[in-house]
Amino acid sequence: MSYEELLLKTALADERIIVMTAENRALVRNMPKNLGNRFIDTGITEQTMIGAAAGLALRGRVPVVHALASFLTMRAFEFIRTDAGIPNLPLKLSSFIPGFLSDGNGPTHQAIEDISLMRGIPNMTVFAPADEQDLLLMLPQIWASPNPAYVRINTRNTDYQHDTNFEIGKAEVISKGTDVTILVYGMLFEQALITAELLKNYGKSVGLVNMRSLKPVDEKVILEVAETSDLVVTLEDHFLTGGLYSIVAETLLKHQKTANVMPFALHERWFKPALLNKVLDYEGFTGKQIAEKILDMEINDFHSEMELAAFAE
Amino acid sequence: MDILKKEKLENTALKVREHIIKLATDGGCFVGASLSATDLLVYLYSEFLNINIDNLSDPNRDYLFLSKGHDVPALYGTFVELGLMEESRLQNHLSTNDHIYWHPNTNIPGIEFHSGSLGHLPSVAIGVALDCKIRNTNNKIICIIGDGELNEGSCWEAVLVANAYKLDNLIFVIDRNYFQANMATEDLIPLEPLGDKFKAFGAAVRQIDGHSFEVLDAVFTDFPFEIGKLNVVIAHTVRGKGLPSIEARADRWFCNFTEPEISELLEELHGNEFANIESETLMVR
Repeated sequence: MSYEELLLKTALADERIIVMTAENRALVRNMPKNLGNRFIDTGITEQTMIGAAAGLALRGRVPVVHALASFLTMRAFEFIRTDAGIPNLPLKLSSFIPGFLSDGNGPTHQAIEDISLMRGIPNMTVFAPADEQDLLLMLPQIWASPNPAYVRINTRNTDYQHDTNFEIGKAEVISKGTDVTILVYGMLFEQALITAELLKNYGKSVGLVNMRSLKPVDEKVILEVAETSDLVVTLEDHFLTGGLYSIVAETLLKHQKTANVMPFALHERWFKPALLNKVLDYEGFTGKQIAEKILDMEINDFHSEMELAAFAE
Repeated sequence: MDILKKEKLENTALKVREHIIKLATDGGCFVGASLSATDLLVYLYSEFLNINIDNLSDPNRDYLFLSKGHDVPALYGTFVELGLMEESRLQNHLSTNDHIYWHPNTNIPGIEFHSGSLGHLPSVAIGVALDCKIRNTNNKIICIIGDGELNEGSCWEAVLVANAYKLDNLIFVIDRNYFQANMATEDLIPLEPLGDKFKAFGAAVRQIDGHSFEVLDAVFTDFPFEIGKLNVVIAHTVRGKGLPSIEARADRWFCNFTEPEISELLEELHGNEFANIESETLMVR
């Protein structure tokens, strides 16, 4: 099943669902013919789309809205905060090409502060699935919840079979380890799997956690990892400020704990625009590069083309 | 316009279109929107604007702001043909060792401001036009805006403000190619009567054929159109102009062609057989 098929199935079973887009139809190509007047394209008007979604929600609808992540979260930020956040209306925000997924578009299209912005809005919930399977098993609960929700859409595939028991506010613990534990969300999960494998080959006891739900966040898992693992790695295609590194720091401080944390994030700069595999390599976010930084050594017995082949578009 | 000048411009535009087509592979680019804006950019940089390799930081130069930034291949091609940019840089499209990607940025000399998020540069251009008025200098300021881009409310705020400050040194050029991403503009958020909308907001409006150098020359020679009014040129263009096989098609937005398709398209550009294109278009902005 694809994102679009799940959305259509959900909408056909639930009259409240309205599918909206600010003229970004990548995820909803077939909706116009299948959903009739419950599909609304407002054109390139992110602010008006969010305001209209709030109006629809006032009438009992659940609008699932689509736009590119940067324009949705930033162009329409005040509309989301004021028209969905203040009244706690169930707008469901599907944000397309977040983080590194904007590859060659450039800084205008790089949503790498979206987690920070969205989690700063009272009542908003925030989710970042690891891959398409993860996305599809998370969405039913997200759409059914009474709160506004922000979803970092990720339709890339990995071979990993996820725990289907998704719960809002719960992370997915892939493995537990005492030397290093990687906390990751979104499309970098794919690289984190490679990193974890490499670290294990070097004799490390490695933990890996797919965070999934960033607000509410799984504080219990963060505290456990801080307690049991010598090194905690936060891995995200987001600015260092306001994302997972900040969430971990806030959680530890709140519980008067400390930990040895190594963040992988973008610090005070936008990433280099190029095709995705080149972006990852340039920015040091391939599974191998991450492992090398954690081990503080070069890994030579690894064929990088194997790793990058997964990113052939 | 004399015939030699016209031929020279047409020849330049043909070369710019070749550059655009060659950028539409190995990751692709927004080829249709670039081809519709080509003749506008070639005319403006060749004939109208006081912009050249030696005055790029001269405060008395003219300014062109490319607000519909996804047509930047047309700007790169124009820069190459007019000697503002090395042709070899186009080989670096979408690689990490240069700054040539899907939207404009100021690492390329001659690009005045980055864009890609629609509806931003009309207001940036207003700021520059205001300063030129304050300093009483004679710069001409152009902002190229897509017709789909006019969905964004900020474009219309800019027209209101330009009218309030009587910015007759500013020209909004609308690349009216009748498409936005995968839709015809009039099928989604209708813009017509577009000229009347701008007039009602206080602008002096000209509607022209955006692919005729003679017509472009006649209208821009008439600048400023009316003292104390924002100038608006609605340039009627064809998305994909020059390639009949993709012209005015809703599904030819972002194109990533195969190498053989590029060869066929270059043939088509030069008036030979239509290209047979199988590559699927991608629906991203």
